[in-house]
Amino acid sequence: MNKIVEKEQFSENVFKLVVEAPDVAVNRKAGHFVIIKLGDKGERIPLTIAGSDPEKGTIDLVIQRVGVTSHKLTALNVGDTITDLVGPLGQATHIEKVGTVLAACGGVGTAPMLPIIEALKKAGNRIITVLAARTKELIILEDQMRQFSDEVIVMTDDGSYGTKGLVTKGMEDVINREKVDKSFVIGPAIMMKFAALTTKKYNIPTEASLNTIMVDGTGMCGACRITVGGKTKFVCVDGPEFDAHQVDFDEMLMRLGAYKDEEVRAFEAYLNN
Amino acid sequence: MENITEYYKSERAQEWRTEIRKSVKVKERTSMERSKMPEQEPNVRNKNSLEVNLGLVEKIALKEAQRCIDCPDPTCVKGCPVNIYIPKFIKKIEIGDFLGAATVLKETNTLPAVCGRVCPQEKQCEAQCFYTIKLNQPSVAIGYLERFAADYERNSGKTAIPEVSESNGIKVASIGSGPASLAWSADMVKMGYDVTVFEALHEIGGVLKYGIPEFRLPNSIVDFEIDNLEKMGVKFVKNFVVGKTATIDDLRARGFKAFFVGSGAGLPRFMNIPGENSIGIFSSNEYLTRVNLMNAASSEYDTPVIIGKNVAVIGGGNTAMDSVRTAKRLGAERAMIIYRRSREEMPARLEEVHHAIDEGIEFLNLNNPVSYIADDKGRVKKVLVQKMELGEPDTSGRRRPIPIEGSEYEIEVDEVVVAVGVSPNPLIPATVAGLETTKWGTIVVNDDLQSSVEDIFAGGDIVRGGATVILAMGDGRKAAAAMDKYIKEKIKK
Repeated sequence: MNKIVEKEQFSENVFKLVVEAPDVAVNRKAGHFVIIKLGDKGERIPLTIAGSDPEKGTIDLVIQRVGVTSHKLTALNVGDTITDLVGPLGQATHIEKVGTVLAACGGVGTAPMLPIIEALKKAGNRIITVLAARTKELIILEDQMRQFSDEVIVMTDDGSYGTKGLVTKGMEDVINREKVDKSFVIGPAIMMKFAALTTKKYNIPTEASLNTIMVDGTGMCGACRITVGGKTKFVCVDGPEFDAHQVDFDEMLMRLGAYKDEEVRAFEAYLNN
Repeated sequence: MENITEYYKSERAQEWRTEIRKSVKVKERTSMERSKMPEQEPNVRNKNSLEVNLGLVEKIALKEAQRCIDCPDPTCVKGCPVNIYIPKFIKKIEIGDFLGAATVLKETNTLPAVCGRVCPQEKQCEAQCFYTIKLNQPSVAIGYLERFAADYERNSGKTAIPEVSESNGIKVASIGSGPASLAWSADMVKMGYDVTVFEALHEIGGVLKYGIPEFRLPNSIVDFEIDNLEKMGVKFVKNFVVGKTATIDDLRARGFKAFFVGSGAGLPRFMNIPGENSIGIFSSNEYLTRVNLMNAASSEYDTPVIIGKNVAVIGGGNTAMDSVRTAKRLGAERAMIIYRRSREEMPARLEEVHHAIDEGIEFLNLNNPVSYIADDKGRVKKVLVQKMELGEPDTSGRRRPIPIEGSEYEIEVDEVVVAVGVSPNPLIPATVAGLETTKWGTIVVNDDLQSSVEDIFAGGDIVRGGATVILAMGDGRKAAAAMDKYIKEKIKK
């Protein structure tokens, strides 16, 4: 049982929960995630750790409300508990000084990017962050991202905030302007696919942090398997970060839809209850 | 126990044993037929998740116990990986002391109700029974009787909680909560240690919970045993991945003096053939975990699972049988095993194969998948299968399957479960400096099951690579004895 000690709403469907998890708070590194489960009948879902306070023994989780579990989770309030929480899982981000890093975030992908740029900044890198979303309301954690970025470029699809255009436009503007040594891309699979294609054009080494369907999160089931460079990898234990130019995003997108019908049915049933 | 033969001799000479032995003539005993296990009707049970075997009733158990002639040299005991004193527990049943029989079982076996259900008895105790080796007749139904005594005790409400020595305050931990760790924890707590079992999942029991289905081993039986261990003082910590949540070094700093790694062979193997990542193709671990641990087939639970109409399960082991029989129960019209060798080479327990056949499972033996074909949404719709023939025996002693060129054909499927084996979980080996492993990733141990790091012992599948519940439990017990010796010597220094 892990108690929720703080709750903040970033936008209509995006929330931040600060949760007690003392061991995870101490041992987590950038890139790690946790698996949570609500109640006896809940499913296990992965959530990236957006930050932690080792002294208070808490971790930050940013959740986008999409399906049944994320709705249930974001309906919880301060003082409520998450039934099961395990982590930190996955491989930590490889942090080294490379020079200039271009961090491209799509929507809620900003949350897992935050600890990564924090670590990269502390390792002495120059950080240029592109925050992209459909509309102004969905740009989250801007102030925190600015704290660890040398420059932040905001892109919205509808032009309601920052520059109008897709994430890839913001990325290309930077690449055309100055030398980028490495890129990190996190966001919806489709966004990562095109962000990776963009950096590939310019031969910039790029890491993507993947969020696939998982059950146990410890390498036991293979639900999260994807193809990277022609080989099958498990996101939970081999990742979640991979060379974005080697990831088969089309296969990943396809596998993410494995339970689409079941998810729609379950969500309708949830709303009717 | 060097004097085990002497012990057996003196036990056998006890008055009650002599008396019951003489009460029925050997000839009469050997002329009785082996009892049949009552079971749910195949066409009923293949639509529910209730246990297939119903267990012997008292009258039948008493009769079956009479078949055992109480041999002077009980060869059956040698066939048992934990050396249950089989004739003694069977004779206890024969005199009607069922609780006494359970006590005998528990002297050497922490989980008799589990082993009575899932052990491959036909390859172990029953293979060494006097009836099998000397009379060429069906053996005494040792497994049925073990289950009978254990169930009797559990249902009696008089389950004896084993005595525990006075606490010595020494903290020890296991990594994993499967059969190896449970057996280890029972012995350690009995010796007075402060025992903590760390489990990565949200449920205790390991493969007994996520792997073996309800129709073969009800979870309530596993939970009952876990409750008893808790009553004895074992602490269970769920949602804790040793190596991640805290490292072995962290735990050492928290005062743990020795560790038992029973983290199992958790990594599923795939065949790496084209199309294997299509939607609807699962590892057996994923399929069984969704259904058994997460209750995915029930609409009340949030975890989904794909319900196939034409389900192919690849493999011939117990996990393959569990998967294919689960698929049938979830409503598959065609549930089939695709296995590259023949029936004779199947590693599955004989009873499971028989049960599967009775339940309407199709066996496509000497067949091997070569690729999968998906529809435009990426969902598997066909498997391309190649026929095989058997050649010379390979390193496993089984005849090697050889593909027959040009024999490929397609089978329509909408769900596939790959049950071709598992690999050791690399988490612990990857996070402990100096821990020696084999090229297969199993932990290297000496005869005392001690690893290259002196305070770390290991057993079960993380050492064996893929074995049985009973072998894992035997390892747990052996490691407990060795760990106790190690700790005591360490304190002396």
